[in-house]
Amino acid sequence: MTLGEPRRWVGHALPRKEENRLLRGRGKFADDIKLRDMLYLRFIRSPYAHANILSIDVSAAEAVPGVICTLTGAEIVPLTQPFIEIGPDPFAKIKDYPLAVSKARYQGEPVVAVVATSPAIADDAAEVVQIEYEALDPLGDGEQALQDKSLLHEEAGTNRVWNGVFEYGDVDRAFKDAAYIVNIDRLHFHRFSSTPLENNVVIAEWNPKDERIYYSCNNSFPSFAIQFLAAHLNVHIDRIRVETSDIGGSFGIKITSYPQMAVCALASKKAGRPIKWVETRSEHMTSSAHGNERTFRDTRVALAKDGVITAITSRHIDDCGAYPRYEPLGCVIWSQVFPGVYRFKNARIDFMQAVTNKCPVGPNRGYSRMQHLWFLERVVDICAHELGIAPDEMRLRNYVRPEEFPYTTPNGCVYDSGNYPKMLQVAKDLIGWDEWKKKQAAARKEGRLLGIGIGTTLDSGTNNFGQSQIVNPGLPYSGNSQGANCKLDIYGEVVVAVGSCPQGQGHETTAAQVVADVLNIHPDLVTVRTGFDTERNVHTGFSGTYASQFAVSGLSAVHGAAQKLKAEMKRLAAFTLQTKEDDLEFSMDAQGPEVRARGNGKSINYWGLANLVNANTAALPPELYEVTLNCRYIWRAPFKVPDKQKKYGNLTLTYASQLHICVVEVDRETFIPRIVDYVAVDDCGTVINPPIVEGQVYGATAHGIGAALMENCVYDAVGNMLTSTFSDYTPITAVNMPAVKYGHIETPSPHSYSGAKGMGEGGAAPIHTISAALQDALFARGIVIDDSFNNADSLFRAMVAREIGQAQKLVRVERRVQR
Amino acid sequence: MPDAVETIPIRLKVNGKSHSLTVEPRLLLVELLREHLDLTGTHVGCDTTYCGACTVLINGAAVKSCTVFAVQADGAEILTVEGLETDGQLHPIQRAFAECYGLQCGYCTPGLMLATHQLLARNKRPDEKAIRKAIAGNTCRCTGYQNIIKAIQAAARNMDGVQQRSSV
Repeated sequence: MTLGEPRRWVGHALPRKEENRLLRGRGKFADDIKLRDMLYLRFIRSPYAHANILSIDVSAAEAVPGVICTLTGAEIVPLTQPFIEIGPDPFAKIKDYPLAVSKARYQGEPVVAVVATSPAIADDAAEVVQIEYEALDPLGDGEQALQDKSLLHEEAGTNRVWNGVFEYGDVDRAFKDAAYIVNIDRLHFHRFSSTPLENNVVIAEWNPKDERIYYSCNNSFPSFAIQFLAAHLNVHIDRIRVETSDIGGSFGIKITSYPQMAVCALASKKAGRPIKWVETRSEHMTSSAHGNERTFRDTRVALAKDGVITAITSRHIDDCGAYPRYEPLGCVIWSQVFPGVYRFKNARIDFMQAVTNKCPVGPNRGYSRMQHLWFLERVVDICAHELGIAPDEMRLRNYVRPEEFPYTTPNGCVYDSGNYPKMLQVAKDLIGWDEWKKKQAAARKEGRLLGIGIGTTLDSGTNNFGQSQIVNPGLPYSGNSQGANCKLDIYGEVVVAVGSCPQGQGHETTAAQVVADVLNIHPDLVTVRTGFDTERNVHTGFSGTYASQFAVSGLSAVHGAAQKLKAEMKRLAAFTLQTKEDDLEFSMDAQGPEVRARGNGKSINYWGLANLVNANTAALPPELYEVTLNCRYIWRAPFKVPDKQKKYGNLTLTYASQLHICVVEVDRETFIPRIVDYVAVDDCGTVINPPIVEGQVYGATAHGIGAALMENCVYDAVGNMLTSTFSDYTPITAVNMPAVKYGHIETPSPHSYSGAKGMGEGGAAPIHTISAALQDALFARGIVIDDSFNNADSLFRAMVAREIGQAQKLVRVERRVQR
Repeated sequence: MPDAVETIPIRLKVNGKSHSLTVEPRLLLVELLREHLDLTGTHVGCDTTYCGACTVLINGAAVKSCTVFAVQADGAEILTVEGLETDGQLHPIQRAFAECYGLQCGYCTPGLMLATHQLLARNKRPDEKAIRKAIAGNTCRCTGYQNIIKAIQAAARNMDGVQQRSSV
């Protein structure tokens, strides 16, 4: 691939354009917006995890002065269609409405909405809504739910959302030839959420004058949301306008806010006025979205004598909460990283997904891949410990080798580039591996519990939506695309719009860097529109910000639009300056940017070019009428539809990789695990803006460390969520977060124009790494780290169970060779 | 629920400007700032005094304005993020956050800068541990705190340097 232009800006640390407004307190977040006659909506939510709704009485609430109206599930059923189900029958038969109709299926499910002239009045009125429930036994566990002894959704006749077997290679042969077989009974990846600091906010106006619905909100995948909303609300999709501006983080969690968006639109229609809904933190914790919980059962690993893994079989049960919503896409998305960073060719994974009486899941930073990558890292690490192979050596023996890229995985994914052994070496050098090994040996002599762990992971970016056809062959989605527009405005300003929906990733800055390189101007001269707006007409069906892809899909679209604009500017300039296009150069003089003819020395500035097209058109010859200086470009990823039966094909375009090493000490008295050293090494190909990348690596690392040690969505036996405030959920703070040593390597991607790979999710490397370090610290005590969440309490329980002889034997090794 | 909501008159100074208002006793300070004075730079993140997105200075002390009633601020001087700059020039703390990439989404940033303001008023050269402790009540979900800590160190150097130069 040609780079096309010299890189004066791409690859350099340009200060962020976003800072000026954000640092002055002038950002525009959704809750900052007020509309004339705006009303405020409050949800009344189910206190039960599972209950029939016997009656609802809103009369007292409607009598409160200042209350405009209420809305119930029964009212919206005749006005709407149930939400689209992504999955196939029989689960597609379920009826998902944004307010519970006859049954509530998780604690916190919205049942009634109250609309009032102030948030405080809506709160008051919410307290006097009378709802009579009949409590039902809740299903709190995916495996239990799969027994179908009771049902969440009677229409489906089952709690099983999806089931599919992913089998590649010759599994039976590999097990027959194995020198060792390691059996792992059960591993469990816990439920957590990246909890963006800004909660969900929706402002909806169903305008009675033009019958259009106007949204200002912080949904992070608007083109997905409007497809759901249009079908649900029975309106033409062009009648829905969605605008976002500054968004206070999403990490995927804000993708699934479309049910609340629907209620706000319906309430606005009923009230005849704009509606604002601002989620509280407790609402966010109980009913926004959680990450997928997953249990790995009956894992069998075949290994050769040297510790090389030859085959894995396992049964994976994913718990998606009460409604599938974005699911069952997660049932295939994990297979983007089917073998992780490892070379094994033979595997059979039986994947199931179940509904339970818990908050619905949604894409959460590292979505669906991190669960699988954690599973693979546990497998590799447990095998290493059981077979007495050093964990670093075990990884080197099993990594995909640098010379094998582009590497085709057993399920047909193409890993574009990478160098895992080099990353391991960089990480070892940064942390001082040999020194720590010595310190560890000394610590162990003193009886201290010090462990060193490695986590190697992938951040697959730019989805092939054709993988959705693996979960449901009837779906009309494949490939991936993004749109951008680059124009010279009437006075010659360079203005860029792109279909992304940023939440802190600095898209205004990196897009300006790309355009500045194409036109050879300073990024300060490039205006990039803030946020997302359907009315800009640059979005495609996949536009939004999710799945680690902006550097590829977004910037490729921006680059394409800028190149189109440049080509048009050349045609115009060649005509005006009476020269050939290849005689032109784009440059800056004291007056600003211009296009200059090398031969005759004449030049024209951007205003001159823009004026010719927009205002001085009689001077434009007809053969140049097609020049608009307003160039829209749709970038499309070069994908094919995967083979649905074989579940085979390339599912993502780029594979950024992360290698973390951490040193953990578990206190012998309190069992508190404490990180004493931490290194994160990242490879996302060519870096567009180094500090922006580095910052996202730190952020993803904090999310992973928080998830590994502190953040857990806990439900009790009857489905009460016990971590419904930050004080209970305890998002990681500056005093819990260790200083992180950062390193990086660059293996440019052959699959993107710039060599960049999508990044930002980070593959949840810290969860894998901390599990491995704890394993290293506690293996000698007979502990197997079988859960992704480990705090002092869980480690204490594991130690006690071991000491009193009640620990279950989780791992069993079959040895077919003599050592 | 009372039939008529009682209201109470209060006076306070925000970013140097005096305000006299009549408010419901249940009105939170953050609601007063955002909804009555349109100072939307102060944010709400958790409602339970954990995250500090709503941090403002009340008479120089960093306080979580979601946990203070507006009537409690009667007679107080308040500084919000909008009051950090002077005649359009960024405060050294704001400059340091920009230079060190100390923000991503920017939602926590106003609160963090005001927590920093209090810290640097009390401790001109805080070490890393003191910085971490000072911002323990301010949650950031984007940055992992690493660049925020660098920014606070840079702000301390800038502010100390300015003071030293002006004293020469």
